[in-house]
Amino acid sequence: MRATVLVRPKSGILDPQGDAVETALEHLGFSVSGARVGKVIDLELDASDPAEAKAEVEKMCEQLLANPLMESYEVEIVG
Amino acid sequence: MASPQPRIGVITYPGSQDDRDALWALAALDAEAVPVWHEERELPDLDAVVLPGGFSYGDHLRCGAIARFSPATAAACELAADGGLVLGICNGFQILCEAGLLPGVLLRNESLRFVCRDVRLTVERDDLPFTARCAQGQSLVIPVKHGDGRWFAPEDAYEELAANGQIVLRYDEACNGSTHDVAGVCNETGNVMGLMPHPEHAVDPLLGSDDGALLLASLVDAARARAAALA
Repeated sequence: MRATVLVRPKSGILDPQGDAVETALEHLGFSVSGARVGKVIDLELDASDPAEAKAEVEKMCEQLLANPLMESYEVEIVG
Repeated sequence: MASPQPRIGVITYPGSQDDRDALWALAALDAEAVPVWHEERELPDLDAVVLPGGFSYGDHLRCGAIARFSPATAAACELAADGGLVLGICNGFQILCEAGLLPGVLLRNESLRFVCRDVRLTVERDDLPFTARCAQGQSLVIPVKHGDGRWFAPEDAYEELAANGQIVLRYDEACNGSTHDVAGVCNETGNVMGLMPHPEHAVDPLLGSDDGALLLASLVDAARARAAALA
């Protein structure tokens, strides 16, 4: 079973990387009115029950994968 | 007879860079500086411990996020809970924030640039084990060198910390975009402190400044007093 974790900078937190990406896209002629940069963590799991797997990955997020002061996370269980 | 030297440990994580400078500076300030390997779960009878600068575990995931789970970090947390003195410098500050010993978090510099220069700081509190040799309002020149030094706390949390007197050092001018230009904070009980500037790199006029020695010598004094009290 696989899990995908999306970690995002919380709204309201200055994200200079996102600002740099937005500016670069504007320089390329794209019309963008906001960009935020987060990260994706793909996990291979030994679990067989999706609900249990999701609960386990949420624990991982709380302990290590995200810092709740600055990041929010989303867990998706795939297959 | 001179009072005995306090024993101050410096933790070396994989990727620590300033551990030896910290050991050298503490020894120069008349402490017994004790190297501590990150795998050590028990601290060897220390009065204080320093978490040095560098890039522990490659700073993967987030700065300090992995080092926070090191056996030696757990031991440092226990020392802190026991009233022992813990100082985190740069990466050490990031580790202490990730470990929840200090408030806030360190984010990428607002400029996205690594900043490496002397900065001027103002001392906001002079009644801490780390600042007793300074005077409130005193200006210090100490170098910074970091890419992820933007200390952040939400505004309401910042106000509470300021009211509690937990803001210890502030940059005189914007350095990395940190909340209200905060450069160093302490915990509620004042026995744990973290700062982004590097006092261990400013302990001799030959290095451009010896203002860092005021902070580290304060720590040595406090560690000596603690050793005497426990003896």
